[in-house]
Amino acid sequence: MLDVKNLTVGFPVRNRGEKAMLMAVNDVSLTLNKGDALGLVGESGSGKSTIGRTILHLNPSTSGHIALDGEEITRLSAAGERALRKRAQMIFQDPHSALNPRMTILRSVAEPLVLHTRLRGSALREKVGELLETVGLQKQFLYRYPHELSGGQKQRVCIARAMALNPELLVLDEPTSALDVSVQAQILEFLKSIQQQKSLTYLFISHNLAVVRYMCNRVAVMYLGKIVEQGPTEEVFKAPRHPYTKALLEAVPLPEAGQSRRTAPLGGDIPSPLNPPTGCAFHTRCDKAIAGKCDRVPPPEVDFGHGHVASCFLGVEGQGTTGEKIRELA
Amino acid sequence: MLSMFLKRSVLMLGMLLGLLVITFLISHVTPGDPAALAAGPDATTEMIEQIRTERGFDKPVIQQFFLYAFGILQGDFGTSIHTTHEVFDDIVAFFPATFELVVFSILIAILLGIPLGVISAVTQNSWIDNVIRIVCSSGVGLPMFWLGLMLQLYFGLQLGWFPLGGRLDLMTDPPMTITGLYLIDALLTLNFPVFLEALHHIILPAVALCFPALASIIRVNRAEMLETLTQDYIVNARAQGISVLRIIGLYALKNSILPTLALIGLRFGWMLGGTVLVESVFDWPGIGLYTVQAATASDFEPVMAATLVLGAWFMFANFLIDLLYGWMDPRVLKKG
Repeated sequence: MLDVKNLTVGFPVRNRGEKAMLMAVNDVSLTLNKGDALGLVGESGSGKSTIGRTILHLNPSTSGHIALDGEEITRLSAAGERALRKRAQMIFQDPHSALNPRMTILRSVAEPLVLHTRLRGSALREKVGELLETVGLQKQFLYRYPHELSGGQKQRVCIARAMALNPELLVLDEPTSALDVSVQAQILEFLKSIQQQKSLTYLFISHNLAVVRYMCNRVAVMYLGKIVEQGPTEEVFKAPRHPYTKALLEAVPLPEAGQSRRTAPLGGDIPSPLNPPTGCAFHTRCDKAIAGKCDRVPPPEVDFGHGHVASCFLGVEGQGTTGEKIRELA
Repeated sequence: MLSMFLKRSVLMLGMLLGLLVITFLISHVTPGDPAALAAGPDATTEMIEQIRTERGFDKPVIQQFFLYAFGILQGDFGTSIHTTHEVFDDIVAFFPATFELVVFSILIAILLGIPLGVISAVTQNSWIDNVIRIVCSSGVGLPMFWLGLMLQLYFGLQLGWFPLGGRLDLMTDPPMTITGLYLIDALLTLNFPVFLEALHHIILPAVALCFPALASIIRVNRAEMLETLTQDYIVNARAQGISVLRIIGLYALKNSILPTLALIGLRFGWMLGGTVLVESVFDWPGIGLYTVQAATASDFEPVMAATLVLGAWFMFANFLIDLLYGWMDPRVLKKG
């Protein structure tokens, strides 16, 4: 239902007085089918949130196309934008910052309904009450202010608000990482159940791999504005193809004491997106980087079947591609 | 809300008492002879002794304080030497001029400062923002009396657009006294020529007086707006399709206005200090000019009374802002 093709998002910045373009998202393609939950994982600054915001028209895109149900939404008229607002909503990381501190819960949740429907007065209040009930909050919360609620309750309110217009697509930007662990589980459980009930489509942005594994049927790994690997969740987790994905998976703490790692953790920091490395963006931190190749030529996309794709020269070798072909690519 | 009102009222009464003690101490305990001060520079020894017994300066300090405090409760602030009137009557006569100037000035600062702060934040780092910020820095840095003189020189003398001083032309009769504020009285009596004349006279001193307040209101409002605009509820409001103007005016401004309000309260108090300078430069017949004239004539009772009145005003302004805070932000009420 959502089709993102060659999306590039750049922000104009000043670097030592010179105008430059910060490439937050660089030539990214994604496809979400109805009912999919796609996990977008990566370090901070890899461009995951920017993708979510660009799809919702909260950032302008530089180039590329975004289509919803085959309908181009990259550039929209005011009316088209209004229609998009009904179909796609967002849930934020910090529920406290996502609620206007000066509005009661009733007003916050009613806002999208007032904007997009004709519900008013007692019918509106009733509808908001129902929405709160679906997220497990009693009507007594209607007249409270955000500061009187706990983090989990606030996130439930945000979910109720996002669900008010029955959207088809939800962009969830780290929806549980600001919450207590016990509350995280409840919220995830709830998000998963409403997704199944309403066959919603989720774009689930997270850096927590365990959460993504639980929530998502597909996963895309981002590094420095590019998707380096994507595919069905279980396949990517069991047989990661890209060295970066492997490093991420190995960085997950092991549940038992005394277990040791097979490889050294990833060193160094993510390079500046103002001046990304040439060739494969990951080569500066990759222990398998091939000198003279990975640092010169962008890696090819290699398909491993079932939609499992990774951008790496090693994948090419793993597939048994001949040396000639690699030289050709180089 | 009521409990907060009562709490703040009690607090304010306590502070007023403190202020009373301080002005009393300044005049009665500091080195120098209060009787000689009260008698003025040209008094003979007998006159000083007469005043000493008359005013109770020979009694113990504590007793003197109670005499002083009760006097003030009855409206007895002493007598001014240079006007020969009761200080209380003088203050009643001069206060409206100052009040008019300060209110007019703070209104300019608010009506210009808040929109400029918003524009500056929304156009962050553009040339508009830069121009506004330069004006702000100079506003905070320029001394008020100097600015007043420059305004007089340029707009008063060189261009001749505005009169140099006073509340009205010397030949004009003031409007019938209802509030004592010429602008309002002129309007109430439908005396439009006098209204325009009073307006013409108040603009330069009000601009000079408002400039530091204007600059700091812009700066604080800009900074708060910038912070609020990055909040997720602003992003969410956009994701819901609320128009940008509505988001800026209703969501962002309402959530970033509190520090600006507190600042306005403070500035409203500080402006009274500023009136001492601005009223002197523009010959504005208010409390500031009265105090300066009293001080240069070693006429200390009016100075004490003015200190008390200005201090009480400052507290009252802050009291009002406290209440407004509680009304504007549900979180403040809870904390009391």
